[in-house]
Amino acid sequence: MAPMLQSSQPWVEKYRPKQVKDVAHQDEVVRVLTNTLETTSCPHMLFYGPPGTGKTTTALAIAHQLFGTRPELYKSRVLELNASDDRGINVVRTKIKDFAAIAVGSAQRLGGYPCPPYKIIILDEADSMTEDAQASLFRFSWIIEPLASRCAKFRFKPLSEEIMSSRILHICKEEGLNLDAEALSTLSYISQGDLRRAITYLQALRKTVLGAARLFGSSISSKDLISVSGVIPQDVVEALFTACRSGDFDLANKEVNNIIAEGYPVSLSLSQLFDVVVEAEDISDEQKARICKCLAEADKCLVDGADEYLQLLNVASHVMRALCDMPEEFNYES
Amino acid sequence: MLWVDKYRPKTLDQVMVHQDIALNLKKLVTEQDCPHLLFYGPSGSGKKTLIMALLRQVFGPGAEKVKVENRTWKIDAGSRTIDLELTTLSSANHVELSPSDVGFQDRYIVQEIIKEMAKNRPIDIKGKRGYKVLVLNEVDKLSREAQHSLRRTMEKYSASCRLILCCNSSSKVIEAIRSRCLNVKINAPTEAQIVKVLEFIGKKEGLQLPSGFAARIAEKSNRSLRRAILSFETCRVQQYPFTTNQAIPPMDWEEYVSEIASDIMKEQSPKRLFQVRGKLYELLTNCIPPEIVMKRLLYELLKRLDAELKHEICHWAAYYALACSVCNLFAA
Repeated sequence: MAPMLQSSQPWVEKYRPKQVKDVAHQDEVVRVLTNTLETTSCPHMLFYGPPGTGKTTTALAIAHQLFGTRPELYKSRVLELNASDDRGINVVRTKIKDFAAIAVGSAQRLGGYPCPPYKIIILDEADSMTEDAQASLFRFSWIIEPLASRCAKFRFKPLSEEIMSSRILHICKEEGLNLDAEALSTLSYISQGDLRRAITYLQALRKTVLGAARLFGSSISSKDLISVSGVIPQDVVEALFTACRSGDFDLANKEVNNIIAEGYPVSLSLSQLFDVVVEAEDISDEQKARICKCLAEADKCLVDGADEYLQLLNVASHVMRALCDMPEEFNYES
Repeated sequence: MLWVDKYRPKTLDQVMVHQDIALNLKKLVTEQDCPHLLFYGPSGSGKKTLIMALLRQVFGPGAEKVKVENRTWKIDAGSRTIDLELTTLSSANHVELSPSDVGFQDRYIVQEIIKEMAKNRPIDIKGKRGYKVLVLNEVDKLSREAQHSLRRTMEKYSASCRLILCCNSSSKVIEAIRSRCLNVKINAPTEAQIVKVLEFIGKKEGLQLPSGFAARIAEKSNRSLRRAILSFETCRVQQYPFTTNQAIPPMDWEEYVSEIASDIMKEQSPKRLFQVRGKLYELLTNCIPPEIVMKRLLYELLKRLDAELKHEICHWAAYYALACSVCNLFAA
């Protein structure tokens, strides 16, 4: 029963814009790129920005618009290297250089596409390359093309709520879904400007809520969204905060244990705790500063691979000491 | 066969604890299409059970016919070849592996082997193109590089391959991967749920359960269902028929850590420190991970200390646990 229809692919891929001009919200980027595409003179480009804002999409769209989808042409002109390929220093030195060294002259084979006389190398996820490899790439770009001394940088902004909504509504219309206003704003809140994540949630919900029945015009509520997104319910965070305020260590320990056992991601609970602390009105600025400091430290430790339970407990202890005006440093004299 | 395996739910319908999640998963795969999934939650909460049941739902009983293989790969990494050895668990439609087992070379597993597996598309009897599932365990233990290597693979080969990732703490999985998956949070079962399962097993085994006995096991289990069932079976072996106040045997190492905590509390001298050091080494040589030892020690000490010192001790526990994991990273 396993085989799936070939058309049933993730919506993220299905609705990936095929043309540069369709990329949402990155107006400046799109404007500049449309220009370059018309003149077909392409500088080196560096795209950067948070996940799910359309970087890879844009890069692929440029390649497609320049060379079309004919595999034989595309293959000889576009080299896509992403983090799933080994990109140590040797690979960058040999593979990219070999690829770039073969000159392509004839721009005759048009086929409806501009097909300019140069090649494109897409280095996706360049920030995860090894440092050596990045350095050698840098040198290489000087050697091969001394004129284009550096990349044109394009910053991709996190998507604003309106753009996100319009994109999501478009997909909903295509797929026959109903989203009310509340659900829509919840969706953009939990995905925080990451369109890919929003679409993934949407597709998952379409299935979990509605099942196999393809009912057109069925709707999704914001409650469903929260349950699927793994956002921590506000009362859980509040409970931890209240426990810290009480100054009872064992109570706080119990709440921490509860959060861990419920499986909530600790990094997320830190940022939600942060929201609670910032909005609280009866805490002095100094106390808030103390709490923020320990939240920041814990976040860093988590990135370094620290244990979730111990970090959260430590944060709880810090928060408690800040709220109950206990000294920040331990006293070893006594 | 251990009870843990004997009473592991085989299908999504039999699941007793996470019924709502099971129901959602069932709906998710009804159209023979599912997104990449990321299961996360504490150990003993039922992640693996749900994944296996899900596979069975998708591929039918064939998913249970697995063979365990110890495979070796030779990977050409420019100037040298690297030999990698990894245990895989595979059926006709899925492959399960823990890429983090190979340590710091895990990125080769992801870049070469997983990519290779993802590229190949299975064809079923009717000649239709299907998709296969790769189950990756312990993705939170993967190195950063390896995690980055997964990113584009997940998108590029999404037509032929679905990934099911499984981990304890989703904080250690990079944002880019989390955003590509449907995240499924599996919470630890509550004590009431554990009691329900224990009573179910007791009935199936034809045992007489004194009232409150299952509740006591559940309380000691730290909300881990696996542990509850294991200690339930231990109790059964030790003494049957059960008595109301029968002792529930704790784990050996926990007993030992508790002993260490008492030692520390009793006397704080260089001599005692030396003794405690010896005991800690004993734990390490028995392959108890330092992080777990530290957490347990903290738990034991917290029971004995007064409030003021608790803050300090949890600060140092967090500090040294982090130091441990960072050291491990460099040693690898």
